[in-house]
Formats: sequence, structure tokens, C-alpha cells
Amino acid sequence: MNANKKHTSIQKQRTQKMGFGLVWLIAFLTVLPIVSMIGYIVIKGSGTMSWEFLSQPPSHGMREGGIYPAIVGTLLLTLGTAIFSVPLGLAAGIYISEYAKDNLWTRLIRIAIISLAGVPSVVYGLFGLGLFVLFLKFGTSILSASLTLSIMTLPVIISTTEEALRSVPARFRIVSRSLGATQWQTIQRIVLPQALPGIITGIILGLERAAGETAPILFTGAAFFLPNLPKSIFDATMALPYHIFVISTQVPGMPIQIQYGTVLVLLIFVLSMNLIATLIRANARKKRQW
Amino acid sequence: MREKWISRSIQIAGFSSILFLLLIFIFLIREGTPALGEVSLKEIFNIRWYPIEKYFGTLPLIGGSLLVTITSILIALPFGIGTAVYIAEIAPEGIKQVLKPLIEVIAGIPSVVLGFIGILVLAPFLRKFLNLPTGLTAFAGSLLLAFISIPTIVSIAEDALYAVPQSYREAAIALGASHWETIWGITLPAARTGVLTAVMLGIGRSLGETMAVMMVTGNAPVLPIKWNSWFLPVRTMTATIASEMGEVASGSVHYHVLFFIGIILFILSLIINVTASWVTFKKRSREQAVS
Repeated sequence: MNANKKHTSIQKQRTQKMGFGLVWLIAFLTVLPIVSMIGYIVIKGSGTMSWEFLSQPPSHGMREGGIYPAIVGTLLLTLGTAIFSVPLGLAAGIYISEYAKDNLWTRLIRIAIISLAGVPSVVYGLFGLGLFVLFLKFGTSILSASLTLSIMTLPVIISTTEEALRSVPARFRIVSRSLGATQWQTIQRIVLPQALPGIITGIILGLERAAGETAPILFTGAAFFLPNLPKSIFDATMALPYHIFVISTQVPGMPIQIQYGTVLVLLIFVLSMNLIATLIRANARKKRQW
Repeated sequence: MREKWISRSIQIAGFSSILFLLLIFIFLIREGTPALGEVSLKEIFNIRWYPIEKYFGTLPLIGGSLLVTITSILIALPFGIGTAVYIAEIAPEGIKQVLKPLIEVIAGIPSVVLGFIGILVLAPFLRKFLNLPTGLTAFAGSLLLAFISIPTIVSIAEDALYAVPQSYREAAIALGASHWETIWGITLPAARTGVLTAVMLGIGRSLGETMAVMMVTGNAPVLPIKWNSWFLPVRTMTATIASEMGEVASGSVHYHVLFFIGIILFILSLIINVTASWVTFKKRSREQAVS
């Protein structure tokens, strides 16, 4: 009897050990590709990095020269996306967290945000083509592409803003209002500053996604090859993600170093945004006093 | 006065997401429904996609999307759930601090970069390893999609596991269950609605993914019904829109049909996301009723 009991407990422990080992292996195999992929791109691409590569336009059918117009294009598109999506997303997040009552309309807004977040990126591209490029006649331009990317980024910014605002304790608002501050004064001077790190993290993560997207700008603003920088927001532009697609599938005989170099530049751009967001969040968590 | 003006504009901004969702729907309908007048429904749901010869059968594309999406979820599921269990239930704090940002990094990698690696590393490897004529196949696409949907599955499944009350675990341990038995027999089953949501949103993510799939699936619009379809080129709905929209004249039949495919994608994503949120919402209201 006693020996039997001991036997089951040993077996139990063995099962547990195997189970934990299996789950550990799964987690390891999940992150292994990302680590090795980034390492591989860094090794393969770092040889291409030079001032010329970053500051010159492509030449000889893109098989030589640099990627300057694509870098500038991606910066412009990211900035354009921020200009439209940040104020709107912030305001919408404030509305849902601070003003909205729990009624049918609010529930509809929530469903709309969830639905927007799930719309495939290429469908955003179609929408941008239909509304901005053709209907509003903005043409294939930085403006059309930025607006399309903004609407795609909006749900991310709204949700993270709402979440950050909600994490500020209700007593902050009650105390402020009881001291005679209006609702807007309370939001502006008490709630928003407290929620700011969370909001900024969300904005950066949203813009990070926009910066790396290709499908929404394919038919709304991305150009195959432009030696000169765009002169106005109504011009099309080169962009890093689209450029990677072009040189890895559309240009025969493309030197492999230039391909890896371009991918590395986009990766550095995107991952540094990711890193900044992570640092802001970690820092805010450490400082938080409530 | 100023306060009133501010509140007004904030309110308008709050409703903007409804407006944008409606606008997307309206413009897809506006550009896509003329297809139904130009091509019969029977032709649209036919098995031959060859637009130059005016064959607009979308079944191969729908089939391609289904094949890679379902395969990718089957691959991603054990990895996503396993990783979530490890992070939420087992991992020591230090490892957690490394794993979680790494998963977030996966989510942040642009899909065009994954497609690029898919072309240069994954496809040649699969071609050699499985001895195929080309590595650009449905299976290569499924692998990339699995990788892309893992962060979605991990983060939602993780939240679901955290939401399981601590008392459940304590009760199981007190009754003599081991830590592993508690996870397998109590925590994971208690979190099953959350896990279901994770799966659905993972499906949504895979179905809508464009660039990576377009770059590695070989782009052949063939209905994937053979036993070896995984190891043949296919083409998804998203890839078709992305690769052909740039070349069609706006207002042509081909243009309208591509928008029609967009409508199908939009409606599928809507169904998936609304159902997923509805499941979560129902669960939450039940929990509130209990407590």
C-alpha cells in the first residue's frame, strides 16, 4: 500500500518533469526563429552598411547605389500617419474611457474598434484606393498612403489610450472634481499626465506597425523607383517595406548584399521603436506610486 | 464655453471608428458590387482564375486561403498555447522578462521581412529537405503564417490564464494534484473560452496576412484539393488582390472582381472578430454574475 503510493508519486513527478520539459521546449522553439533570424540578418546585412548606402539613391536599375529615397519615404509616411492618427486616436480613447456611458452606442463603438483592428491590411489598401486615391482624387500620394495607414493604426492607439486611462485610479478624478476642477481640467492635468507613458507606448507600437506595412500602401502611395525625393504630399514615394518587396521579387539579378542591407535598415528602424516603447513602459512601471 | 467645445470634439472623435468602419464597407461595396452585374455568381464561384481570358473563378483563391490559414493555425496552436502556459504558469520571473518582449518583437517584424527570409532561407531549405521542385508552396506559407499568428495567440491565451482565479489552483494543489496536473486538468480547461478567442483571432490574423504569403506561396491559382497540395504552389485571396490590383484599369471587370474579393475578406474578418469579442463578453458577464 505504502510502496504503491510512493510509486504513484514518483510517476507523478516524472510526468510533471516531462510536461514542464515539453512546455519549455515549445517556448524555446517559438522564440528561437526570431532570435536566429535577427542575428542572421544583422550578420548578412551589416557589411552593406555605409554612408553611401544610406545617403544615395539607387542606380543602375537598383542594382547599385543606396536606398536614401526609401528611408526618407518611410520616415515621411510614419510622420504622416502620426499626424492624423495620434490626435484622433487620443481623443477617441479619452472619449471611451472618460465620457462614454455604458449604453448601446458605446457598445457599437467598441465593436467598431475591434472590427477595424481585424480588417486585413490589403483591404485597407483597397479602401484607401477607393476613397482617397480615386474618390477624393488625392492620387497615388504620400497623403493617400498616410491617411490609409492612419485609419489602420487608429484602433491600436484608441485601445491602448483607453487602457492607460482606465488604469489611473478613480479616486484621482474624484479628488480633482471635488476640489472644483471641471471634467476637462481633471483629464488634462490629472489623468492624462498619469497615463502618458502607457499612451506613448501604444502610439509607438501602432506607428511601428504602420512603418513596416506594405499592403496598405501598394496602391495608395508607394512608388517602384523614384531617384528624387517627393516634393509635396501629393507625390508618390518610395518606402522601405515596398522596396524590399520590389528588390526581392521584381528585379532579376539583384545583388544579395543590397537586399540584406535594406532589410537590416528596416529592421533597425522598427526594432528601435519597439525597444523605446518597451523601455518607456518598464520605466513607468518602476516609477508608478499607485 | 471652451470646455463645451472640447467635449464636443472628443465625442465626435469617439464615434470616428464607427464612421471609418462604415466608410470601408461603403467603398468596398461601391467598387466591388458592380462585379455581380458583369460576371455571374456562377462564374465568380468557379474553379478557374485566369483574368486575362476573362475567367474570374475565385474558388481556387478561397481554397488557397483556407488551406494555408487552417494549416498555419494547426501549427501555431501548440506553440502558442504552450508558450502562454510556460509564461503564465511555470517560467521564473527572470525568463518571463526575456520571453515576453521577444514575443512582442515577433509581432513587430514587418511581414515583408518574413517573406524575404521565406524566399531566401525557408523555401530553399524546404525544397532540399523535402525534395520538391520548388520550395514556394502552401506549406512554406503556412509556416510563416503560423509564426505571424503566434504572438496573437500567446498574448490572448496568456491573459485568459491569468484570469483564472488563484483559488482554483490552490484547491487543486490542496487536493493532492501536482503543479503539472493542475495546469493540465484545471487551469487550462478553466481558460478554454480565452483559448478559443485566441484561436479565432489567430485565424483572423492568418487569413488577412498578405505580403509574406504572397512572397512564398508561389502564386499559382489552383484549387488545392490534391493530397499533396501542401507541397504545391497556391495563391490566397489577399495575395491576388495585392499582386493584381496594381496592374488593372480602375473600373474594369477585373478591378471590380478584386474589390469583390475584398468584400469577402472584410466580411470574414468581421465575423471572426465580432464572434471572438462576443465570446469574451459573454464570459465576462457570466463571471460578474457569479461574483
